[in-house]
Amino acid sequence: MKKAILLIITLLFLAACGNGDETADDAEDPGSGELTDFELEHGIGPIDEPLEVGDINLDRARAGAEYFDSRCASCHRMEQRFVGPPLGNITENRSHEFVINFILNPEEMTQKHPVGQALLQEYLTTMPYQNVTEAQAFEILDFLRHYADTGEDLRD
Amino acid sequence: MVQKATLWKVSTIVLGIGLLSVLMYGCPSQTDMLDSGDAASRVYVAPGEYDEYYTFMSGGYSGQLSVWGLPSGRMFRNIPVFSQDPESGYGYSEETKPLLMTSYGFIPWDDSHHPDFSHTDGMPDGRWMFINANNTPRVARIDLTSFETVETLELPNTGGNHASSFVTENTEYVIGATRFSIPYDMDEDVPIDSYKENFDGSLSFIAVDPETGEMSMDFQILMPPYHYDLGRAGKGISADWVFFTTYNTEQAHTLLEINASEFDKDYVVAVNWKKARDYVREGRAQTVPANYYHNLKDKESTIAVSTVHDEVLLLDPKDAPDMIYFLPTPKSPHGVDIDPTGEYIVAGGKLATVIPVHSFSSMLEAIENEAFEEVINGIPVLEYESTIAGEVKNPGLGPLHTEFDGDGNAYTSVYISSEIVKWSLDTFEVTDRIDSYYSIGHLMITGGDTPNPDRKYMIGLTKTARDRFLPTGPKQLHPAQLYDISGENMELLLDFPTIGEPHYAQAIRADKIRDNIKQIYDLDDNHHPRAVKRTRDARVERDGDVVRVYMTNMRSHFTPDNIEGIRVGDEVHFHLTNIEQDWDMVHGFAIKGSNNAEVLIAPGETKTIVWHPERTGIFPFYCTAFCSALHQEMQGYVRVSAADSDVPLTWKTGEE
Repeated sequence: MKKAILLIITLLFLAACGNGDETADDAEDPGSGELTDFELEHGIGPIDEPLEVGDINLDRARAGAEYFDSRCASCHRMEQRFVGPPLGNITENRSHEFVINFILNPEEMTQKHPVGQALLQEYLTTMPYQNVTEAQAFEILDFLRHYADTGEDLRD
Repeated sequence: MVQKATLWKVSTIVLGIGLLSVLMYGCPSQTDMLDSGDAASRVYVAPGEYDEYYTFMSGGYSGQLSVWGLPSGRMFRNIPVFSQDPESGYGYSEETKPLLMTSYGFIPWDDSHHPDFSHTDGMPDGRWMFINANNTPRVARIDLTSFETVETLELPNTGGNHASSFVTENTEYVIGATRFSIPYDMDEDVPIDSYKENFDGSLSFIAVDPETGEMSMDFQILMPPYHYDLGRAGKGISADWVFFTTYNTEQAHTLLEINASEFDKDYVVAVNWKKARDYVREGRAQTVPANYYHNLKDKESTIAVSTVHDEVLLLDPKDAPDMIYFLPTPKSPHGVDIDPTGEYIVAGGKLATVIPVHSFSSMLEAIENEAFEEVINGIPVLEYESTIAGEVKNPGLGPLHTEFDGDGNAYTSVYISSEIVKWSLDTFEVTDRIDSYYSIGHLMITGGDTPNPDRKYMIGLTKTARDRFLPTGPKQLHPAQLYDISGENMELLLDFPTIGEPHYAQAIRADKIRDNIKQIYDLDDNHHPRAVKRTRDARVERDGDVVRVYMTNMRSHFTPDNIEGIRVGDEVHFHLTNIEQDWDMVHGFAIKGSNNAEVLIAPGETKTIVWHPERTGIFPFYCTAFCSALHQEMQGYVRVSAADSDVPLTWKTGEE
């Protein structure tokens, strides 16, 4: 009984002088990150509402081919598994929003999104962010869409 | 049992009182903890939090420049400057080797003493850091967006560039000087005991381009063969002047310990650099032969390029009146430090019993009145009494260097009695003293050499650790002590070991640098002529015995990673481009048996390391920087065949 009283007093004492200046880096509880339906389908990242991307713009697709070559091709092939998965059909298997979010936010995607988590388990290498801007990501998207539509690799 | 019950009661009461007092008076505030002298809380920077200041300490005989946080005393980086660094490949990679070139050839080491920031209106502006090499005289410039050495400039006709690098108010000049007088024409072959006839001193004025920071040897001043020890730029009212100390005005050339300590007074040298510059522009300087290297990292290619110069402008004080003066100063003065207003010139007479304080305005008056004792080589010697504003009595034994807090206080390091003395610029009286551990050289106050010091922290850079830390044998690292100087009395907060032998340090508020830091090198801006920005361009080319491997690095593979057709006797250049664009994603490269260092490649950067295979066999290479979960897999093989082999040159990654 005395021990119990002492414990309660001690706890009160400690609680009264808890650390008041907690910093922002207190780790988020990994279990608390419930994804929205949108995020489940379209990924986590800067694209958080449905996109209307329109028809493929060939100029954009050509610019995307350049970026794909310098920022992505080290790890991705169109038709074969390489360091990462093949991307020849990615725009048919995943939404446009999903592709853009993966390019722009790969770290969170591989850590928190079930599809990203599964890919990381399979391929074991975390996809890095390659300093691609949102505009460049849209160009890469058109490059991939053009390939999926026509089978033509604009880098050739 | 009774005792135990009593103990519980007492504990309960104590805790109850504790709780009560907390409820009544609140939690102990940060201020209360400071007042209670809790030094630990004042140097504690919580995990994930940032320090308030960057501090740069010279490496001394390590030839480097180390970067620390204040108040935590945590080390962030060790920047190679005048010494090869096998850890990063600095001085080993083809891009950086030229930075260590001199008129004496490639020099892998030097002794770096005094860092100084680039200044705008006398305040550090966070753009560049300059630092001197003492042995083979040079000055280097470090870019503070990347913390890399980007330029080195050799000082011709100079022996031991110690009074350097000190930077004028708006970075017009970085100064240098001869510490060990030698014949001005450095290749002159004369008897050493013809010192008085044949030896000379020289002062150097290195101009700095205000946009690019690029240095050039603007002119030198010919001086009597004394030893020029330390320097400082003036500030405020004295901003047009620079000051140096001298010792060995006795002109001894052997056993200086005794022979250079005979005279009661040596000099502080005051140079009106603006007037000197005007004289040079008017054509009063002679163009004389010289031989020195200027090495600069090219902005486009990122490869350092050496340029050799064969002449320099030399100004003789005999041809340039009213420009330079000697202020008699007891006795073998070491440091010369200027107070925040620019009025007081404080000299640390390392063998003197007082700290002499000269007045700049009295100096101008004495010049006006021509209160000269004599004239040496065209340089008037002012009367001691005419410039002296005061002498600090009982400063301890061996005063060396002085910094200021902006509130009228000066702090002088005192070597022999191993202490720091605080004194008043008003009364010239000592007001406080505190021990150093042990044998202090320089000291540094946050902003303490600027017109506007932050009266916060002081670092003492000491020469021996002895019993301060867990011992590590006969040789131990040099310590630094951190003091709080915000109150009336100096307080010791922390001491910690450093790297090399820090002689001097500089501090700057963290935001002046932190906000400008480069996180990656943008691949689109990589104009290295041997960069490979796309994996598909990775290749191997042979030109005679020279083989060039154009290789990309990406988590977690090299392209190419299987190379055949290399022969014994080849000179193989690995041109490595890290095509990552993610902050702090560094890759490294090393190959078995290489008589060279590894090289680290920052994201977006291209670096080259050369390998001379001397035996046949299979040579593994690998990434030395742990880069990902599959870092162990980041490797490759080179097949080396006999010199006359006809194995074709092939390369690949991934394809069977």
